[in-house]
Amino acid sequence: MIELINPLLLAVILINFFTLGSARLGACIRMVALQGGLLALLPLAAHGLSGHALFLGASALILKGIFIPFLLLRAIREVRIRREVEPIIGFVPTLILGALTTAGAFIFADFLPLIAEHREGFYVPTALATMFTGFLLLITRRKAITQILGYLLLENGIFIFGVLLSAAMPLMVEAGVLLDLLVGVFVMGIVLNHINREFSTLNTERLSALKE
Amino acid sequence: MLGSLALSLTIHLTLLLLFAPLLQGVITKTKALFAGRIGAPLLQPYYDLIRLMRKGFVFSRTTTWVFQAGPVVGLAVPLLASLLIPFGALTAPISFEGDLILFVYLFGLARFFTATAALDTGSSFEGMGAVREVTFSCLAEPTVLFTLLVLARLCGGLSLNALFGSHLLDAWHSEAGASLGLILVCLFVVLLVENSRIPFDDPNTHLELTMIHEVMVLDHSGPAFGMILYGASLKMMVMGAMVVRLAMPWQTGWWLSDALLFLAGLIAMAVFIGVIESIMARLRLPRVPQMLIGTSLVSIFALVLVLR
Amino acid sequence: MIWFVVGILLTALSGVPGLFYQRHGEGGERIACLLTLTGTGCALFAVVTTLISGNNMNLDLTWSIPGAALSLHLDPLAAVFLLPLFLVVATGSVYGLRYWSQREHPGNGRKLRLFYGLISSAMILLLTASNSVLFLVGWEIMALAGFFLITTEDHKEEVSRAGYIYLIATHTGTLALFGLFILLDRASGSLMFPASHTLSATGSTLIFLLGLLGFGMKAGLMPMHTWLPGAHAAAPSHASALLSGVMIKTGIYGLVRLTSFFTEIPVWWGWTILLLGAISGIMGVALALAQHDIKRLLAYHSVENIGIIAMGLGLALLGRSYHMPLLVALGLAGCLLHVINHGLFKSLLFLSAGSVIHAVGSREIDHFGGLLKRQPWTGVMFLGGAVAICALPPFNGFISEWLIYLAAFQPLKQPASTLGMAVLAAPALALIGGLALACFVKVFGITFLGEPRCEAAARTHEAPQLMLLPMAALLAACVWIGLLPTTVMPLLRNAVADWSLSSTTTLPANTFAPLGWVSLAGWLLLALLIIIGLWLHHRSRNAPHDVTTWGCGYRFPAPRMQYTASSFGDFLVQLFNFGLRSERHGGKVSGLFPPDTRFSSHTPDAILDRMLFPLFRGSAWCCRYLRSKIQNGTIAFYLLYFVLTIITLLTLFIL
Repeated sequence: MIELINPLLLAVILINFFTLGSARLGACIRMVALQGGLLALLPLAAHGLSGHALFLGASALILKGIFIPFLLLRAIREVRIRREVEPIIGFVPTLILGALTTAGAFIFADFLPLIAEHREGFYVPTALATMFTGFLLLITRRKAITQILGYLLLENGIFIFGVLLSAAMPLMVEAGVLLDLLVGVFVMGIVLNHINREFSTLNTERLSALKE
Repeated sequence: MLGSLALSLTIHLTLLLLFAPLLQGVITKTKALFAGRIGAPLLQPYYDLIRLMRKGFVFSRTTTWVFQAGPVVGLAVPLLASLLIPFGALTAPISFEGDLILFVYLFGLARFFTATAALDTGSSFEGMGAVREVTFSCLAEPTVLFTLLVLARLCGGLSLNALFGSHLLDAWHSEAGASLGLILVCLFVVLLVENSRIPFDDPNTHLELTMIHEVMVLDHSGPAFGMILYGASLKMMVMGAMVVRLAMPWQTGWWLSDALLFLAGLIAMAVFIGVIESIMARLRLPRVPQMLIGTSLVSIFALVLVLR
Repeated sequence: MIWFVVGILLTALSGVPGLFYQRHGEGGERIACLLTLTGTGCALFAVVTTLISGNNMNLDLTWSIPGAALSLHLDPLAAVFLLPLFLVVATGSVYGLRYWSQREHPGNGRKLRLFYGLISSAMILLLTASNSVLFLVGWEIMALAGFFLITTEDHKEEVSRAGYIYLIATHTGTLALFGLFILLDRASGSLMFPASHTLSATGSTLIFLLGLLGFGMKAGLMPMHTWLPGAHAAAPSHASALLSGVMIKTGIYGLVRLTSFFTEIPVWWGWTILLLGAISGIMGVALALAQHDIKRLLAYHSVENIGIIAMGLGLALLGRSYHMPLLVALGLAGCLLHVINHGLFKSLLFLSAGSVIHAVGSREIDHFGGLLKRQPWTGVMFLGGAVAICALPPFNGFISEWLIYLAAFQPLKQPASTLGMAVLAAPALALIGGLALACFVKVFGITFLGEPRCEAAARTHEAPQLMLLPMAALLAACVWIGLLPTTVMPLLRNAVADWSLSSTTTLPANTFAPLGWVSLAGWLLLALLIIIGLWLHHRSRNAPHDVTTWGCGYRFPAPRMQYTASSFGDFLVQLFNFGLRSERHGGKVSGLFPPDTRFSSHTPDAILDRMLFPLFRGSAWCCRYLRSKIQNGTIAFYLLYFVLTIITLLTLFIL
């Protein structure tokens, strides 16, 4: 199982690149769902079959791999928005930024005071890179849905960190994070609904009209 | 020494010259099966070539000798390049330190003359094709270099024989396996771009406006067009050899079984290309550079992983 | 040695007899050409005999100026720079007989020839000078003669503007060099050049930075290239060939010579030059792609090639810092060979472009078209130069870039150190190569292929033999190095050994051994091309040659429908828009039946027009503002200045 970890994490990074570079909203959501699904395998691959790992994996799969993507896909169907991502800065610059932050994550991880067993694999750099990608997505995209995707990626990054520490981390913390995310998505859903009703678009830029 | 060189030269050229057009046939057959048709026979590309070789020429009055130089270089370059690249476990007949650069730049020569031959007709469609061809390959070129750097890092030599040597099998199982996976994807993307396959280019579209490579050769006729088609299939086999060797680094030790293994790999690759062409649509033109830059970023990432 | 001095003198004075001939006579230009040929011949003879004998040549005479000496020193390193110089100078002077004949240009022909001879001899002098003062004298004569070459047509406003920008740039460089030689004098104790590997690198940061500024300005490294595009476009073509092919290399020579003095090279020197080289290479070729003026385009390619040369030098310096003899050898050999190669193919390109400009009377690429039918030989020469500059086998550009590529692969053997980052030079070179290829497909295709785009292009004729022969000589040299690279290797090996080797390290014997294989592959390629080409030619000899190009159903194609230079470059230029910032006007159509629209694009120089001009304009405004405040005409203020000055002086005196 252990040798599965690095390919898994690598796939996670490739999905990061894909979400940064892809113009199609549906494809982005599916890829993030796939990332959630892959991450669900991670606790099992890292710690073997145990109740703890199973619970972590199953909750990640259900929430991040199935439930939230389902909600999002439903949302873009319901509100009938254009299914294209509208970036504030172009795809190529975001991709390059993504690559730079990923490379930065790898370099930074080498400098972190980690214990030897964490130093080996791609855990820490991947977690950092995924979080950075989430931030990038949050910063550079206009639509509320892509912002939710950004939050999801951010959470995925935290989850990878969590797997690293899951022996030490109580279940409740992990559950709390997942719950937070869920609440976040719901709040965002409500906001989304309101923006849509108010302005008949989903661009968060319109929110800046409220600054007065 | 001389005998073994002659032997490997013969095997290489026989494999190349005989089997190259077959890949095209396999791709079309796969696409036909996917679409629920019977499709053209597997050997159709051979029939096409023979028919073209029997035809006569027609030249536009605008053209000069450069127009004929395009097909000539387009055929000579893959022939020479094939001598530098190992076919599966069969080592390349010509091999020296740094032949990888020669390999890359030979295809640059072919591109130069194909594009100038296209401009020689004075047609704006062909000019358009030439622009796209040079633009896309100039974005694909750094990717090739990055993949070569990764491979060179793993073996320590600088010849294609060493790069695609027997150490690849162990490398797949080591730490570097992840990088190899990444560069395999990158090389495959480059293969699709350079050989004008979907999703980057559609050789079978009916609109000149949407084509890249096919539109450059609109005005060629008869044997010259046959040479272009044959050259294109040789190029596909030569570049496919890199992908196949990377994906299937096994060797048996006996040249015949090695050759068969290599051919099986090539056919599998052709089937895979056919599947991709059946399930994907062509990318919008402005998306192609983005895709290529994304690929180079992935290859940079692969290089960072092995240099770490 | 006597031959060498005679050569310098003959070349220097070649333009002088012409001054005594009448304005329209042909005698002066013939004598000038003959003198230049004899002069370069003598000097070439001297260099070749020295090289064969294996010793370095020295000449030391005293000179009354303090610290100065007339000392010439000829070693393989200088010979590498001298050999292409002789060829370019000689071919250029023959070419000039018809390109800029006295009959067509009675006003400035004599001036052009005078300074052509002067700049050539100044370059020969400075390349062999081993005394700082002598070097600076040569450098300054070269710079000033260069100014007069650029402003040959000084009645045109754009020409004199380019000339003044050049003059400012070159003197900024010279100022830096003065500082550099004073510091060198302090470090080594005399104004003679120190022997290689004698100075310690500690405390020489300023020396390097001044050298980088002074020599980099001359070489045209980005961002110090600002003078280069305008100047090379403004000069007559054979003078541009000399400036671009040879003069900017003196900057590279300076850098190479300067770095040879030090025993140890700090790591950041190599990184700086490598990085500047990569930037010059990529941005130079991207800017070239966006140009519509054929000579400006070629000038930007000089920036690109200087970038490639600097990358080779940077790798070699890194090799010295990290003690990797193989990296040093490959990097420096690539750098030096590219110096030779660029001199050859860039002159070839400028000369053939000149022959096109001479015939059509315009420098705009979009005015040409279909010239291969009307100027078949010029077209072949230009094609040869284009293939060579794109570094495609089997021409010479490939050999030098191949060496630099190999150098860029060397750091892979030392992973996990910062040196590993140097491998990024290889993909950068690949990007440069790909862009250069796109650019030369554009130039060659739009200029020589298709249908003529204007009346003048349709009426052109082949250039006279006196213009074709010099080009043929340059092309032959390109092919020779491309197919027989092993013949130049002994020279390069000696130069590299001079530059890099202290007594402890030795060069591996088989460093350049694969070049034999490269040459074999070149011959194979040539043979294949000839066989297939002859067969195709034979098959198609009776083919009809009188149909129109397939226009996708449209029967009446017109020359205006062809792809233009702007449309060809547009795709790539837009990709690089973040660095180029092209200005685009028009081109938008709207509605079902749009009216006539025009489209034009223009790419100003990123540094000169975008940064330096606004900066200088801003500081000029600042100064004017200050002057109007300080120089306000009220006597009381002037008296106040007196008092303030006296008080300041007194305070200083007390302190």
